[in-house]
Amino acid sequence: MIALSTRFKWLAMCLLLPLLVSGCGNSNLKWYVVSPLTENGRINLKFLIAGTWNTLSMSFLALLISIVVGLLIAIPGIAKNRGARKANMFYVEIFRSIPLLPLILWVYYGLPEIAGIQLDYFWAGVLALAISDSAFEAEIFRAGIQSIPRGQSEAASTVGLNYYQNMRYVVLPQAIKRILPALGNQFAYMVKMSALVSVIGLQELTRRANELIVTEYRALEIYTILIVEYLIIILIIGQGVRWLERKMGSDESGNANQ
Amino acid sequence: MTATTPVIEMSDVNKWFGDFHVLKDISLSVSTGERIVICGPSGSGKSTVVRCINGLEHHQQGKIVVDGTELTNKRQSLAKIRAEVGMVFQQFNLFPHLSVLQNLTLGPIKSRGLSKADAEARAMEYLERVHIPEQADKRPGQLSGGQQQRVAIARSLCMEPKIMLFDEPTSALDPEMIAEVLEVMLELADEGMTMIVVTHEMGFARKAADLMVFMDEGRIVETGKPDVFFDAPKTERCTQFLEQILHH
Ligand SMILES: Nc1ncnc2c1ncn2[C@@H]1O[C@H](COP(=O)(O)OP(=O)(O)OP(=O)(O)O)[C@@H](O)[C@H]1O
Ligand SMILES: [Mg+2]
Repeated sequence: MIALSTRFKWLAMCLLLPLLVSGCGNSNLKWYVVSPLTENGRINLKFLIAGTWNTLSMSFLALLISIVVGLLIAIPGIAKNRGARKANMFYVEIFRSIPLLPLILWVYYGLPEIAGIQLDYFWAGVLALAISDSAFEAEIFRAGIQSIPRGQSEAASTVGLNYYQNMRYVVLPQAIKRILPALGNQFAYMVKMSALVSVIGLQELTRRANELIVTEYRALEIYTILIVEYLIIILIIGQGVRWLERKMGSDESGNANQ
Repeated sequence: MTATTPVIEMSDVNKWFGDFHVLKDISLSVSTGERIVICGPSGSGKSTVVRCINGLEHHQQGKIVVDGTELTNKRQSLAKIRAEVGMVFQQFNLFPHLSVLQNLTLGPIKSRGLSKADAEARAMEYLERVHIPEQADKRPGQLSGGQQQRVAIARSLCMEPKIMLFDEPTSALDPEMIAEVLEVMLELADEGMTMIVVTHEMGFARKAADLMVFMDEGRIVETGKPDVFFDAPKTERCTQFLEQILHH
């Protein structure tokens, strides 16, 4: 509980910043609706923060799916076969042109009608985010794989590796290290875009903020908290990706068994 | 040992890169245990010949038979031939994300189905052969160029090939490191390995080659035993070329 309350204090300190920006003397601001120092404020904050799980798990699942799909789409993009490359281009062009919000609405309201599949809020959000992101992941993977010198694949084939083994053990481990920053960007982007899933009713961070505003009528204060929530999540993701990069980077030149 | 069965047989091989006729009527026969050195000016097609032999490039006309298997675009023939042919590249092409030991064991484990322990034992054996067993746990990036190229040679040997191809193995090396790589190659030659070596290291060629091959503009212009080849080249082009590289 102590850890929790220090976290709240930290959040409260974050709030000081917009407070200063918007003018300290502004008596219109009613920070108490989200103040950790009052009973009601604590309840409201808890309500807002409880959306974190949905936001994070939805973004993370969507990221995993879009990475797998993106990789599968990237492979024909680097094939010798022109038809395969065309198919890759077709997928990428189509799916990166569809705006996310209509896609979310389409998956949630459209799929039941044409395919008889009614996904719940959460999985509709995951699917729409994943599809939309997979086109970008495919481009990231294609660029990453193409950045690995051809000599690597040639050496792999001269020691008997087949296409799959070459990808699995030689090309992808090197490519992934190079595209890690881009993958991190996509994750951060995904977390931000997941806010749009609030429109179909999933109780993630943004939806909860909207719902609270309906009862508290304090848009500025509550949206400020909302922004701070996203800020903190994305800062943490950024640090995590940096850490991973450092870890994999030292792998390259350091001793193998370290 | 004077075996005479040709282990590589190229007959009238032609190859084009688009419109560019890069190999013209290449015929070459290599017996088991024979060492062939290919030289010639830049762009003459030396690398392409070597890369055709293990199927890294496809020829459009003619026939290449390696150890009794004809090289076609079919996957099985490629896999079969690659299993017999090792290749060492100018740029080493070691796997930078793996340790030296892992570089050596990857092929034997994944494509030969060796156990990790067997593959590592074999890898250490070949690292001894190229005189750098103490580097086993390092990454390629931590080694000197000469050491990296010796690791690359050991990596090929770990597949226990019948034939070794070398494409300018010392061209990317500082002068003081060339000797250590050539020494390893001479030892390999002494052990009776069948070798095709593209190089301009004429000292090595004199010592190791059974046959010299001179290429120019996609053709084999001249072949000969090293002593004859160096001391009395038959063609004008070859004479000029040898003068250039011996007096640069
Ligand atoms: N993939 C390719 N596509 C088009 N042209 C190529 C390709 N590879 C090689 N060539 C051309 O074919 C010719 C022969 O190339 P090759 O690499 O076999 O020459 P080389 O004798 O090995 O030269 P070097 O001594 O510079 O290595 C060169 O003119 C080169 O530009
Ligand atoms: Mg070459």
